Order: sequence, then C-alpha cells, then structure tokens
Amino acid sequence: MSAATAPVAGPAPLPDPAAPAPLPAALKKAARRRRAVPYLLLLAGVAWLLVFFVAPMVYQASTSVQTGSLDEGFKVTWHFSTYWDAFDAYWPQFVKSLVYSGIATVLCLGIGYPLAYTIAFRAGRWRNLVLILVIAPFFTSFLIRTLAWETILADESPLVHFLNTIHLLDVTSALGITEGDRVMATPLAVVCGLTYNFLPFMILPLYTSLERVDGRLHEAAGDLYATPFTTFRKVTFPLSMPGVVAGTLLTFIPASGDYINAELLGSTNQKMIGSVIQSQFLRVLDYPTAAALSFILMAVILAIVMVYVRRAGTEELV
Amino acid sequence: MRPIRWLRKNLVVVFGVLTLVYLIVPNLVVLLFSFNKPNGRYNYTWTRFSTDAWQHPCGVAGMCDSLTLSLKLAVYATIGATVLGTMTAFALARYRFRGRATTNMLIFLPMAMPEVVMGASLGTLFLNMRIQFGFWTILIAHIMFCLSFVVVAVKARVMSMDPRLEQAAQDLYASPTQTFLRVTLPLAAPGIAAGALLSFALSFDDYIITSFNAGNTVTFPMFVWGSAQRGTPVQVNVIGTAMFVIAVLLVLAGQLLGSSRRKVR
Amino acid sequence: MTTPETLNGPADKDAAATAVSGTAAEAPADAVRLTGISKTYGSFTAVHPLDLTVPAGSFFALLGASGCGKTTTLRMIAGLEDPSSGSVRLGGADVTALPPYKRPVNTVFQNYALFPHLDVFENVAFGLRRRGIKSVKKQVAEMLDLVQLGALARRKPHQLSGGQQQRVAVARALINQPQVLLLDEPLGALDLKLRRQMQLELKRIQTEVGITFIHVTHDQEEAMTMADTVAVMNAGRVEQMGAPADLYENPASTFVANFLGTSNLIETEVLGADGDTLTLGAAGERLTLPAARCRPDVTAGGRVLAGVRPEKITLAHADDADAIPAGRNQVRGTIVDSSFIGVSTQFVIDSPVCPELEVFVPNVERDGRLLPGAPVVLHWNPEHTFGLDAAQDIDAGTDTDTDAESGTASAGGGAA
Repeated sequence: MSAATAPVAGPAPLPDPAAPAPLPAALKKAARRRRAVPYLLLLAGVAWLLVFFVAPMVYQASTSVQTGSLDEGFKVTWHFSTYWDAFDAYWPQFVKSLVYSGIATVLCLGIGYPLAYTIAFRAGRWRNLVLILVIAPFFTSFLIRTLAWETILADESPLVHFLNTIHLLDVTSALGITEGDRVMATPLAVVCGLTYNFLPFMILPLYTSLERVDGRLHEAAGDLYATPFTTFRKVTFPLSMPGVVAGTLLTFIPASGDYINAELLGSTNQKMIGSVIQSQFLRVLDYPTAAALSFILMAVILAIVMVYVRRAGTEELV
Repeated sequence: MRPIRWLRKNLVVVFGVLTLVYLIVPNLVVLLFSFNKPNGRYNYTWTRFSTDAWQHPCGVAGMCDSLTLSLKLAVYATIGATVLGTMTAFALARYRFRGRATTNMLIFLPMAMPEVVMGASLGTLFLNMRIQFGFWTILIAHIMFCLSFVVVAVKARVMSMDPRLEQAAQDLYASPTQTFLRVTLPLAAPGIAAGALLSFALSFDDYIITSFNAGNTVTFPMFVWGSAQRGTPVQVNVIGTAMFVIAVLLVLAGQLLGSSRRKVR
Repeated sequence: MTTPETLNGPADKDAAATAVSGTAAEAPADAVRLTGISKTYGSFTAVHPLDLTVPAGSFFALLGASGCGKTTTLRMIAGLEDPSSGSVRLGGADVTALPPYKRPVNTVFQNYALFPHLDVFENVAFGLRRRGIKSVKKQVAEMLDLVQLGALARRKPHQLSGGQQQRVAVARALINQPQVLLLDEPLGALDLKLRRQMQLELKRIQTEVGITFIHVTHDQEEAMTMADTVAVMNAGRVEQMGAPADLYENPASTFVANFLGTSNLIETEVLGADGDTLTLGAAGERLTLPAARCRPDVTAGGRVLAGVRPEKITLAHADDADAIPAGRNQVRGTIVDSSFIGVSTQFVIDSPVCPELEVFVPNVERDGRLLPGAPVVLHWNPEHTFGLDAAQDIDAGTDTDTDAESGTASAGGGAA
C-alpha cells in the first residue's frame, strides 16, 4: 500500500481551468446567501436615511420652486426667482455666516492644535484625564454653555471690566469687531461662542491623527538637522493633515448653519443665515424661501466640502 | 535664562493648558452660578450664595418634564441609531458589494449637512404629509442624524479587527451565530459603545433639528432656549452642572474599571 | 515502496503517482485527500488543480515562498476558503460543502488569532464550550500542562510573550482532538532561537498526541527539521513531494534545487550514455552522472543541467591536483571570494563551466593557500551529481529568499 506512506502530488487529470470539477450545490447556495448578507444588513439603516434624509431633501427642492400661501396651499410653479429674491434679500447674512464660521474654524485650528499636540505627545499619564475634560463639555447642554458665555461677556462682568480698563476694547472697536465698551451683541462675542462650541470637534480628529504619528519621527528629524520648528512644519503637520481636514469640516459645517450663538450672543446685526431659515420656516411660514435658502447654503457647503474631499478622500472621513 | 528656556521648551504645553481652561471655564461659570441667588429674573451677576436651586431642582414649571422627555428621547434614539448604525457599519466594513461607495456617500452626507438644512427639510416633509409633530417626529429626526455617527464609530472599530479572530472561532466549532455573539460583538463593543454614547449626547443636546420637528413638544434644550428669552432659572445651571459631573464620573469610573481589570488579570 | 528511496529516478516517481491514484480511493487511512482542488480569484489562479494525499499520523509540511498557494490550500482544508473546483476529504468523508465549524480540523493561525477579550483558559476552552461540553476544567488544565502554561491560565493574551501565545494557540486547537491539525506559519513571528525551540516542541507534541499535522511554512529549514513529508509548492503547483532528505538529495526541478538549500547548477551537453552512467561535457571538462539520477530522458547531444550541493565538493589547490583519486568529477577554477562562518568556510569559485560555484569547506584543517586568486580544483563523488531538465529557468527559486515578500511569478519552473 504505497498510498499510506508515500503521498504523491501531481496535476489533476484535467488541469484545464475552463473545465473544473463541479462544486456541490450546497456550496453554491451558501455563496448566494452570503452575497445577500450585506444588503440585508444595510436595509434598515439605508431605508431610514432614504426616507428621512434624502426624500426630505428632494421634497425641499420641489418646495423651493413652489408658490402660494399657507391658506391656499403651495403648488409647484417652477418659480426659480425665489432663489434670486431670497439671496438678494439675505446675502449679508450668508456672508456673515461664512465669515464668522470661517474665522471660528481658523481660530479652532490655531488654539486646538497645541492642545491636541499636548495630549498626543506631552501629556503622559494625564492624557486620559485631559481627553475626558475635552469631551466632558459635550455632556453639558450646548445651550447652557452658550448661556454661560452670556454671563462671562455680560457688560457688568469682571472680564469686560478688565478689558475696558486696559483699553483693549477701544482697539477692537476701532477694528469694528466690538462696539463701544461692550463685547456682548458684537461679532467678537459670536465668533468667540462659535469657536468655543465647536472646539472639541476640531481637537478630537486632530488628536486622533497626531496620536498615530510615531514619536520617534521627531527624534529622527532632529537627528537629521531639523530644528523643532522645522520638524513640526516638515514632519508632524503634514502627517496630521487628515485630522486637520476632518476637524476643519466638522467645525466649519455645523458652525455655518448654527444660529444659537448668533441669537444668544449677538444682536440683529450679527444674524446668521440659520436664523433667517428658522424664522422663515417657524415664524413667517414662507416655506419656499426657507427651502431656497437651505439649498443655497447646502450648495455652498457642498462645494467647499467637495474641494476638501477631493484632497483627502472620503474614506478617511467616513 | 532658565525660565525662558523652560518656556521655550514647554510653550506648546502652556498654550494647550490655556485652551483647556477656555474649554472648562464656561462649565465652572455654570457651576458657580448654580449657587447664585439672583435679584431679578436674569442670572448674569453674582448676588449671593444659596443652595436653593440645588434643593429644589424641579422648582421651575415644566423644566423637569422637558428633562424627562429629553432623556427618554435620547435613550430611544440611541437604541435605534445604534442598532441600525451597527448593522450598516458591519455591511460597509466587512463586505464588498455593488453600491458600497454610494452607501458610504449617503452615510457621509448627513454629517456634511448643516443641521438647519436637515431640520427644515424633514420638517417640511412632515408638514406636507400632515403628520402630527411631537415625540415620534423628534425621535425619527434624532435617529436620522445620529445614525451616521454610529456608523463611523463602529466601522472604524470593525475595520481594525483581525478577521482571523472570527475565522478562528469558526474553526473552533462556533456556528455563525455563536461566532457573532462570542467573538465579533465583544470585540466590536468599544466602537458600538462609543457610537451609542455619542448618539446619546447628540440627541440629548440637539436644539436646531428638534425645533423644526417638535411642534408644541418641549425638550430640555427647547426649554432652555425659551427660558433664555425671559431669564434663565438657576435650576438650569443645576441640571447643567449635574450632567457634567455625572458624565465625568461615569467616564472616570469606566477608566478605573478598565485599568483595574487589566491589573488584576 | 513503503518509504521513498533515496535515489529513485523519475520513472519510479511516475509509477508511484499512478499507483497512488489507483489505490487511494479505498484507503480510509488517509487523513486528508484533496482531489483536483483549485482556487481562482478572478483571473488569478492561486492554486492550480491539485491532488494531495496526507497519510494519517504524519507530520506534513507545505513549503513555498509567500504567494505560492500554500496557505490557500491549507484554508481550503479548514473550510475557511471555498475551492473553485475539486473536493476535500477528511478520513474518507467528503467535507467540501461543510462550513469550518462542522469540520473535524483545527488551525493554528499565523499570528495566532487568540481572542483578546478572553483569558488563556477561556481561549483554550472555546472549542469545547462551543461543542456543548460543560465540564472543561480538567481537560483544559491537562492541555495547558502539555504546553507548559498551567500557571498562566488567567492571563490575557496580550500579557504573554510570543512563544507563550504560540503555545496557547496550539493548545486551543489540540484540545479538540482534531483529525488534522493545520498550522499556518505558526513560528513566523518568533525570533530565531525561540523558533528552534518551538520546532522541537511541536515535534514532541505531535509524537505525543499522534494527530496528523499539516504545517505551512516558507522556511525550508523548519520544514525539513519537523516534517516527515514535505511538499514544495511554487506558483500554485506542487513541484515535488517526499521525505526531506529525499527532496534535498534528489531535487526534481531547479526550483526545488535552489529553494531547498543551495545548488551549483552547470549547463552541460550529453556526450554519451553508457548503461548506468552518462558522460557530460561543459567548457572542456567532463562530468559523470549516474543515469538513475538524471530527471529528463536524454540522448547524446542533448542538454542537461548537472547539479551538485556545495558541501559535497572538496576543494584542492591546483598544485595538489595529482593527488585527487581517479573517478571523481573534477572542475578547475579560481577562488573569487571566501567567507569564514564558523563551522565552515564558504568559497565562491570562478570556473569556465560556471562563473559562480559555491563550495562549503568544513573548518577541520584549513589550507592556508586557499585565498582569493588561488587556482583550485573542485572534485566530488559522481554519485552526488543530479541531472535536471535544461529547459527550466536555471535561477528558479534563488531570488525567493526565505523571508522574501515578493511573489514567485518569476520562478515558473516547468516541472510537475
């Protein structure tokens, strides 16, 4: 019995791959079932988003070209001039939204980066505690924290008093970002609130990407004659780019549509486009205008996001 | 010279700490003013110390009802979004199929959309379908915007899991169901927990989307918003502080539990 | 034909193949029997249709560079990969359509795949529990003793060293008393010293439990140390199979000759065939090759690759050429390079028959004249010469370093 001890390999009688031995039907059935699995898993989640996210968007698109009133009902009349009228009436609020949220995003990056860097490379055994302190404000209501800023920046607050004493507010008022001896109800207050509220959205992605950077790279760069600043500019910062992009988007997008900060910390002069959409929808009941404004805002945001996504790739963000 | 050198070396840490202070100060203000006894309706200036608000946290009409409603909404929305999001995340992380890229885009879009746009759109739909605004419309909206965040958190975790662990389970006589319950789920748990926690926080805290879909129902953020116009009661600060403290304690407890378990074994 | 002979010729091998295909159908003693099994991914063929029979109780190694299809073959036996064609039989039963959890085989995974959320005890008990066995304590304790980990039962995998993790992986698989234990590069993550130690330990365990082991590795030394039978795979095909010594002494292709150890391959022309011996010529030198050790059927005027292992060659200074006994194969050359590696000195010789001949000389009595530039004569017993088909790539299997990441696309040996 040679087979028992002398195993032998060789090509199959018919090595032609075009005529493989038939597979058991059970295997084919199992393979078919496996192909169906992802679709079954996706079904509920995707259906939810299609019905409650995509469908409303489509509906909103049709609303934006309707005319009519609440009493008579609205009809699709392809009234595209709603877009133009809405933009014409509210373009200052658009500009303010983009400018305020843009400045807030840059500020978030500027002041969030040192903290993210500290947590990633310098915090040592404090790392988890500091991370908790960054995340914890999330759990106090957004509104309550914004109201706290109302207290901090109130006219009679010690901070504003101090800023007046050192005449800093004279300088900022001259620059047009505050008014007189007040901070409340000025662009400064709104930007300050926006920066504060969206700062964690910047810090966390930054930290995530910095954490992946091997600390030895700093030593390697130093070994290769890079000063600490050059090391940061040529090694650390480029490696943290995914975090920068993600953080920028996560800050800019919600900030641009936000109206809580503008409403609570600003005056009518600092109204952002979110306020307009909200009041058109909930108070004026002019749904076509609210829809058109939403779409204009969405288009602007998407255009900005696309530019970013092209650079970073969606896989990194999703 | 020494302090200057120290400062140069630790400049980034100094800035980091300042940022941390910036992040924490409003919470401290909330804490401080929860012990205030304001003269008028506006709780902006420090008057005198009092524990009245802490003794009667529900002393303001409607506040605790709205708080209960928000907690209930957050729990339901968390369960819904976590279940749907986890299933979606597994499909995206584990399978190659037609429409995967489109699905990724669909998941990404709600996160790239200003809340005011999503809220207004969904509100318009409900309005035109003549659906009564209330608890259920808010819940639908909350699950919708929490879903993507759960998908992202779970997907990241699942993608970092070694597929060989599940193969090893199958090799060791675990049926697909057993493999999922004994290996996949425990391994994916941190991601699912992160997604659920985020959902809870987002749902509990949401004002903008809720305001478009709430009708006359008042959630806690809506109560705060309403009260901000006519003077916020001190009790709001009490709730804010309590939430902050509970959250920090829970996270710390989780950390301690994790590290002590690691030490014992 | 109970054991492969050391010097069997190609004709014998073919006869064996026929014999096996004829008789194995009614041979339930086989632990694993693959028939025409193949795997294709799109247009890429990972494993060409393949027949393979592993006898029960043997320690069997699948050896090849990464990407050669050995792991895919192993995974098809485990059920983790569905074959594109063919069938898998375990102990006589067809399991092709069975999912992995219904097959009586267990796997030791590459990098072990220990469950990070379970401790050592629970990792080892996993399979027993899944099969509904309630009282696992005694069995697990015994198994942990077998792999000498009794004291670490409550540790988590990340608290163990690489060698300890490896033992847990083996224990976790073995406790289920599988018909076949599959090992996928089980020692790849260990350092050299530990690897040596674990090789012996795995061999000990295999002898102790008597279970059939199928071991996938890219390390030829590991395969030869541990296995009774080695199958050398290349580009989705089995190039040659046999006992380690047999493969080493009688490589059937240039790939095997170069992949297992190193070989000096000399391109020659057949000058004459005289019964049992062939006379070969290369650059004026004459070599003798026993006809039984020549793989291709050759006639006078044909071409053949004559191979000889570096350690079979004796190196003599050209001045001593007269002292070489008659009847040995001789080749003249010049020393190009020599490196001292302790047990032996490795010489590279430039010779008219081949520009880079390797010779390993044991460091017994070192000849001070053997320095680079010195004229030398290489001589060896003609019985140690082997003949290979000259149509093959002479360098097949050389660039596939044991740790090479690259595939074996270039090494497409024509044999098998």
